[in-house]
Amino acid sequence: MTLGSMPVRYRITIDRDECMLCGRCIENCSYGVFRKEGDRIKIDSRKCTACHRCITMCPRDAIMMQEKPVDYRSHPLWTRDVREAIYNQARTGGIILSGMGNAKKYPIIFDRLVLDACQVTNPSIDPLREPMELRTYIGKKPERLRFRKDTTGEIGLETEIAPNLQLETPIMIGHMSYGAISLNAQLSLAQAATATGTFMGTGEGGLHKALYPYQDHMIVQVASGRFGVDIDYLERGAAIEIKIGQGAKPGIGGHLPGEKVSPEISRTRRIPEGSDAISPAPHHDIYSIEDLAQLVRGLKEATEWKKPVFVKIAAVHNSAAIAAGIARSSADAVVVDGFRGGSGATPRVFRDNVGIPIEAAVASIDEKLRTQGVRNEISVIASGGIRESADVAKVIALGADAVYIGTAALAAMGCRVCGNCYRGLCPWGIATQRPDLVSRLDPAVESEHVANLIGGWTHELAELMGAAGINSIESLRGNRDRLRGYMLDENMLNVLDIRAVGA
Amino acid sequence: MCGIISVIDRERNPMDGAAIRMALSQMNERGSGEGAGYAAYGIYPDFADYYALHVFYDNLVEPRAKVEQILEKWGTIEHQEEIPTSERPGLRKVHTPWRYFFRPDRTLLTGTTSPEEDIIIRIINQVNTSIPGALIFSSGKNVGVFKASGWPEDVANFYRIQDYEGYIWLGHNRYPTNTPGWWGGAHPFNLLDLSVIHNGEITSYGTNRRYIESYGYQCTMKTDTEVVTYLTDLLGRRHGLPPELAVRAFAPPFWDEIDRMPEPEQRLNKAIRLTYGPALMNGPFAIVVANSDGIAGFTDRIKLRPLVAAEAGDRLYLSSEESAIHRMEKPERVWMPRAGEPVIGRVRR
Repeated sequence: MTLGSMPVRYRITIDRDECMLCGRCIENCSYGVFRKEGDRIKIDSRKCTACHRCITMCPRDAIMMQEKPVDYRSHPLWTRDVREAIYNQARTGGIILSGMGNAKKYPIIFDRLVLDACQVTNPSIDPLREPMELRTYIGKKPERLRFRKDTTGEIGLETEIAPNLQLETPIMIGHMSYGAISLNAQLSLAQAATATGTFMGTGEGGLHKALYPYQDHMIVQVASGRFGVDIDYLERGAAIEIKIGQGAKPGIGGHLPGEKVSPEISRTRRIPEGSDAISPAPHHDIYSIEDLAQLVRGLKEATEWKKPVFVKIAAVHNSAAIAAGIARSSADAVVVDGFRGGSGATPRVFRDNVGIPIEAAVASIDEKLRTQGVRNEISVIASGGIRESADVAKVIALGADAVYIGTAALAAMGCRVCGNCYRGLCPWGIATQRPDLVSRLDPAVESEHVANLIGGWTHELAELMGAAGINSIESLRGNRDRLRGYMLDENMLNVLDIRAVGA
Repeated sequence: MCGIISVIDRERNPMDGAAIRMALSQMNERGSGEGAGYAAYGIYPDFADYYALHVFYDNLVEPRAKVEQILEKWGTIEHQEEIPTSERPGLRKVHTPWRYFFRPDRTLLTGTTSPEEDIIIRIINQVNTSIPGALIFSSGKNVGVFKASGWPEDVANFYRIQDYEGYIWLGHNRYPTNTPGWWGGAHPFNLLDLSVIHNGEITSYGTNRRYIESYGYQCTMKTDTEVVTYLTDLLGRRHGLPPELAVRAFAPPFWDEIDRMPEPEQRLNKAIRLTYGPALMNGPFAIVVANSDGIAGFTDRIKLRPLVAAEAGDRLYLSSEESAIHRMEKPERVWMPRAGEPVIGRVRR
């Protein structure tokens, strides 16, 4: 231990009366916290990431963990986090890397929104007895229908509807690439998406052939590095997503370190083994909105206009105007990723300080598209910080068509949100490529867990809608009258276009 | 709760307002004495080519001068008068109902295929949003709405509706919940040739209102029924959907049913739901929409509000309760329309 190093973040203790020296903690901890010396298990708490793997695996519940066992002198401005960042940076001189979503204590708008329910004047609807429709179509819709009378006087539909994705629930799984997460993790998500009638994103990591059986439920991504992109990839996907930005790191690109580029990943991403996979900040062929429109059209042409094309942007100050620009292209959906969106690896300064919350972004995008009269022609997908079914209901009521979940789906597979994804040692077999760790994640089991989560949320969403007297998801969409703000300031209420509780 | 009733004589034979007054009173259980109203088509044959603008004035000084200034700017007032009323103990006259027979100058508006109607809509929006003490609540040709706060029989007596003869009548007995029982909030609602009566509550109001406002309509009446009127105008008049298909957009079949439909029906129904999803109306309702060509009644997708239909000779009746129809005449056939299924009565040419 070097002099001047920081205090331990977590303290691990073992109840020696309970411990039977089975050694499972040693086997399971990929960070090397435990080792056996003689007939005693020794602990190096400094290495602990709070991933809970040892606690979960200990057959005797003998392991305990305490966060921040050492206090700093408290100070409201010079918090522990900023002090530790300074110590780190003084030592390394680099940019501090972090994982998962925004960790600053901003107010969570979702937690200051409450939903409505029917009493007396209109009956609530029981989803167990009455039909409750959560089916959602993502894709371009016409502004209006046109009809023509044929020679027999029969009225026929003239308007052709562009291909849409049919979702049985408005909950999709967002883009987490092969590389960022393991193949077993991707397989679990893909099987869950297929089982629940929804879709998942491939991320910018190509499509491994093990995922081909689920390709009809996969959205392939074209990001600035164009990894894994060829015509075969585009044609396999149910839809194509152009990734411009990510909520956890708006304005910057991505970086998969070369040590993670294994033979399999090399084949899937179509890059040399061991080479860094760097996704540049901008797409080098998109320097303006018309360039984006061109790429959308290019991808549509390449796939014969059979596939919806989404455009994903990070939620930034001007995202409403950007979305309006995207709506004018041939794009079918705009995905907006809020500043709480997850990430495998992102500079801490971006994760915690750049972008805006998804609630405000969706509200302003929905409003802008409505004032331009095109809201129903393009779908809006919200992501970044969707933690529970109530968040889904709230963000749809603010104007989204559907959501992407990321962290929640990973948590369903065991992730404890420890935030060390970028280190590649995920003991749950999720954010790692180490074969022994990956093999811990059994797709047969974890796909069921993820499907259970989506199913459970879908049931809850149906109950919330029924309580509000709504039996079809399109009547919840943008129905801000069914939301109230609790302890939100007037400006925020105006942005969200909702009233305060009691009003 | 509310009670609604409507009748059309398909041969355009005139019916005076006495019978519907009795029918509506029959459903007083369903009201609270805070709002009732009637609409009738064919009542102004002498001014059939003029837009009949019914206005509530709080006084006849400032608001009236301002309204007339706007009207004179956009066209010609052919005739104007106070709507004849007789004050009764049961009904306090808080507004003065006034009517104008108005012809808009179609040369004043460009960039539209229906300048006259668009001028009228513009006038209504301007008056109802910017002139305190004036509210235009009826604006079609040869149609008029008569409504106030009170029991149906008192409102009928107040406006002397037995003196009007129309071939379509609508009546509404209100039990207000969402908005206070004010005169403007009573039904029927009217916009140009369209009139709407509505029993229920639209839980999708927030979605519907935002959708319709993105097409330039402005909701000023503080009630969900208004969006039904505007949605019918948008889908029917502006998008040209036949009434059957407009109702299909408002109360569409469930996806399960659509999935089982043969082509091309499936394609049509899917297209309607995708294109007009924001026009889907949720929550409990029974609605009758009328224009000079006929009436259409329908309920929400799981029929949480009653609607019964009946026929007697050339006349088609739609009502919340069968008993109300019997007060008007003995029907030859009575039936219960299924949830979301429109019942349409058209005049024969």
